Amino acid sequence: MVHQYKNNGYNIVLDVNSGAIHVVDDLVYDVIPLWETHSKEEIIEKLKDTYAEAEIAEAMEEVASLEQDEALFTKDQYEDYVIDFKKRPTVVKALCLHIAHDCNLACRYCFAEEGEYHGRRALMSYEVGKAALDFLIANSGSRRNLEVDFFGGEPTLNFQVVKDLVAYGREQEKLHDKNFRFTLTTNGVLLNDEIMEFANKEMANVVLSIDGRKEVNDRMRPFRNGSGSYDLIVPKFQKFAESRKQTNYYVRGTFTHHNLDFAKDVLHLADLGFKQISVEPVVAQDTDDYAIREEDLPQLFEEYDNLAAEMVRRHKSGEDFNFFHFMIDLEGGPCVAKRLSGCGSGTEYLAVTPWGDLYPCHQFVGNEKFYMGNVTEGVTNTQIRDEFKSCNVYAKEKCRECFARFYCSGGCAANSYNFHGDIHNAYDVGCALQKKRVECAIMIKAAEALEEE
Amino acid sequence: MKHVKTLNTRKLQNTIKKGGCGECQTSCQSACKTSCTVGNQTCENTK
Repeated sequence: MVHQYKNNGYNIVLDVNSGAIHVVDDLVYDVIPLWETHSKEEIIEKLKDTYAEAEIAEAMEEVASLEQDEALFTKDQYEDYVIDFKKRPTVVKALCLHIAHDCNLACRYCFAEEGEYHGRRALMSYEVGKAALDFLIANSGSRRNLEVDFFGGEPTLNFQVVKDLVAYGREQEKLHDKNFRFTLTTNGVLLNDEIMEFANKEMANVVLSIDGRKEVNDRMRPFRNGSGSYDLIVPKFQKFAESRKQTNYYVRGTFTHHNLDFAKDVLHLADLGFKQISVEPVVAQDTDDYAIREEDLPQLFEEYDNLAAEMVRRHKSGEDFNFFHFMIDLEGGPCVAKRLSGCGSGTEYLAVTPWGDLYPCHQFVGNEKFYMGNVTEGVTNTQIRDEFKSCNVYAKEKCRECFARFYCSGGCAANSYNFHGDIHNAYDVGCALQKKRVECAIMIKAAEALEEE
Repeated sequence: MKHVKTLNTRKLQNTIKKGGCGECQTSCQSACKTSCTVGNQTCENTK
């Protein structure tokens, strides 16, 4: 399978099954769609009015050589491999700890309903958190790197427990030859020097929630009294980012139907001095006024294109920044097993409520149908785990023919469930945006590679 | 090549033999939480 497209003046050819990416001239771009269905003579006949015959012959030799080298028209050879791979015994390697089901903001799009996840307000106790870390170690098999995200609600509302759990984790990792990677997701309201200092010492990554421009942020991320959070959090986030030397953090925003011109928000964050930025589409029900709709897609595609082109310009002038969804590692990216087996929700990755209940991921918390067990007894509802385990790109009809399947790994199970009532489907608007992001990310790599020449 | 510039040399099919160690980061633990973005994660063995 080959995917070819033009973006920002580049002709790009992605050989889906090998992951090889080629920047080609117009001639090869015209040869490729004919290659598998026409003879060489027919291709020359079709193209000879536009290109010299000798040139066409030369281009075809290059295409043939890439095909021979398994860098073009490579066959998909992974289906049996990934099915076998997913049959391996399940280990748990990552937990999303819901340290607080409570929040000091009242964000309008919050999937956790202002932190409460359709339930009551609660803070996780040290005992529950400790049992969660014990559960993780006990179920991690031979995996050494264990990830724990302190999530909420807002985890700084229960920060002493965060600190105590980190101390406990550091003690346990030595005893069990593990390496904890702690991360923190915060809205910044309670951020202070003490928290920053602690996070800089202990947190492998921090995610700082902000949507972009003041009016955009304050519309969706108000306090409970309706006033905006932008003025309070921006200086703290700037200080925090600097204190982390502009690495190992993300300012992370959500865009909605109300700011379809979200590239302006990304650039606003870049202009505030942030170097690590993630801004992504809201996931909402069709009935929500802020939901992204299918008719919004053309504008959103244009925004991604413009953002990518601007990032190329800024890269050239030394003002570059990193946009999470355009990151792509062409030489050191994930292996094919990782790319095909999905995000790990319900199997390797689980969410833990303040009461110690286990759910497939943070997005399923509060939906009793997905209750999997708890941190003391472990996973008792293995049926749900097996259902998530069977989730891979070959289990999804829509993914089989999609060029982006090695980049999104079949997409978000929660999104699929929200829109189709089934985790083995895919959220179509999300897919369309994902495909556009992959195209933009590759274009940026092409621009950088050709600039270096 | 005159007509083609290839950007990467690492091929997915070559990761079958040694891949799957599972030590790399879970995508939702990085910065998404609402969209599955696996392709941008870094392989733990090529760091």
